[in-house]
Amino acid sequence: MKKYIDDFVVVENRRLNHEYVILTLQLDRELPEILPGQFAEVKVENGPDTFLRRPISIHDADYDKMQIKLMVQEIGEGTRIMGGLQKGDSLNLVYPLGSSFSEPDTDDVLLVGGGCGVAPLLYLGRRLKQKGITPKFLLGAGNRNGLVAIEEYEKVGEVNVTTEDGSAGTKGYVIHHPLMKTDKPAYGHVYTCGPEPMMKVVARFAQKHNIKCEVSLENKMACGIGACLCCVTDTQDGRVCTCTDGPVFDSTYLKWQI
Amino acid sequence: MADLTIDLRNGLKLKNPVMTASGTFGYGEEYEDFFDISQLGGIIVKGTTGSRREGNPYPRMTETPKGMLNAVGLQNKGVDHFVKEIYPRIKDYATNILVNVSGSTVDEYEDVARKINELENIPGIELNISCPNVKEGGMAFGTSCPSAVAVINAVRKVYDKHIMVKLSPNVTNVAEIAHAVEGEGADSVSLINTLLGMAIDAETRKPLLSTITGGLSGPAVKPVALRMVWQVSQVVKIPVVGLGGIMNADDAIEFMLAGASAIQIGTANFIDPLVSVKVIKGIEDYCERHDVKAVRELTGAMITE
Repeated sequence: MKKYIDDFVVVENRRLNHEYVILTLQLDRELPEILPGQFAEVKVENGPDTFLRRPISIHDADYDKMQIKLMVQEIGEGTRIMGGLQKGDSLNLVYPLGSSFSEPDTDDVLLVGGGCGVAPLLYLGRRLKQKGITPKFLLGAGNRNGLVAIEEYEKVGEVNVTTEDGSAGTKGYVIHHPLMKTDKPAYGHVYTCGPEPMMKVVARFAQKHNIKCEVSLENKMACGIGACLCCVTDTQDGRVCTCTDGPVFDSTYLKWQI
Repeated sequence: MADLTIDLRNGLKLKNPVMTASGTFGYGEEYEDFFDISQLGGIIVKGTTGSRREGNPYPRMTETPKGMLNAVGLQNKGVDHFVKEIYPRIKDYATNILVNVSGSTVDEYEDVARKINELENIPGIELNISCPNVKEGGMAFGTSCPSAVAVINAVRKVYDKHIMVKLSPNVTNVAEIAHAVEGEGADSVSLINTLLGMAIDAETRKPLLSTITGGLSGPAVKPVALRMVWQVSQVVKIPVVGLGGIMNADDAIEFMLAGASAIQIGTANFIDPLVSVKVIKGIEDYCERHDVKAVRELTGAMITE
């Protein structure tokens, strides 16, 4: 897929809680094709110590409005600068990058997200819905305040939640939800993005039940386009770049100890 | 318009002084979506070794103030793969493609160089005796005169096109090494490779690289690089190619004023894939503004009195 470098304009910065925002970015022409699971390398301006771009997954894309959305969790200087962007600010993106979630062979799919890993699942869910598939979401967070933009997911599919403190949904991690405690899972394809320990238990569950499982990795990256070889992960074919061979991988392709 | 061409001699003629540094520009193909890479003076492709290498385990990169540390460790599929799979794809680019050659032993350098010598459209190699991220070879060859001499001497016998030798900054006296390398028949030297550094996470008490130490690059290293280019250019007659933290045309001009005949852009490619063409345009504008007829006039033109 052809990669682009473009200046977008921030048309909305919606704050979700003390650490999450959703940036709506406007392009002045038609968007190129963006697949669910792909990401952008975002240039952070004016950080006294920041240097590299920040890889951020595409949260949503609207071809009619020529807009994309990025969900940003403020975890360091670069993301804090992004979280502070105002309407009218410009943001330079290299995009769309990386592999995408594949199309399922079944109508019964489960999308499991934790923390900021819920971000790419909205766009995936929207694309599945356009194909006539109603996705089931299973979204986890520490507490109810950490479950962000749930109403957007509810517009697209069936939403199930877990919180570690039990303040919303099932108490515990996603793996403690009835959807994953069953011996007969009612879905044939699992997509997951979030903290690695969470993705590993999801992958283990899927493999045990012979369900196809795709995971989206969040390795540290420099270039995002396969030039620097910094973001590698171990696979059946040796070390490969997460930015070009991934970020989405079939869980069985990775050399995960699960 | 100023004459931007640079002749690095022994068959290496550049349409302009801007090349991209090894390990930061892939095989050129990764950047083709963004601009016409034939505009470049040259592309130095990934470090290539005798056999396939997986490199170091993840994590192998961390951001540091105005720079980054990496410990990739020469991941590549080996010279035979380059010759069979990659060379046919890139051989017709209308720019100079140089192969960065590395190894653990003198024999390995020699073996890779011999195979690259057969490739008609590769006008030169960059001998990497300065990689800080491998246990054997690499920098070990570039930090003492006798070992540097041994590599250049062996490769010179099997490689007749342009040999650029990439020098390590992790030495007491870089000029001494450069001088020794020149004596063995190197056609040019490029410097600097990355500066050995490290980073720790205070919260977890863990190193941020799997190898603990890695190579620092980016604007943070520019003053060191500039100083070394100046020192080396004082003692060698062969062309000096400057690199280390070049982010824009002004940086590039500064390296030329310090004594570089050409420059390489490395880490900046990660932040702005278009940076190299912007630097070419900026050099052109500079020449216009300062009434410079040929860019080569800038080499060593720093005014000290």
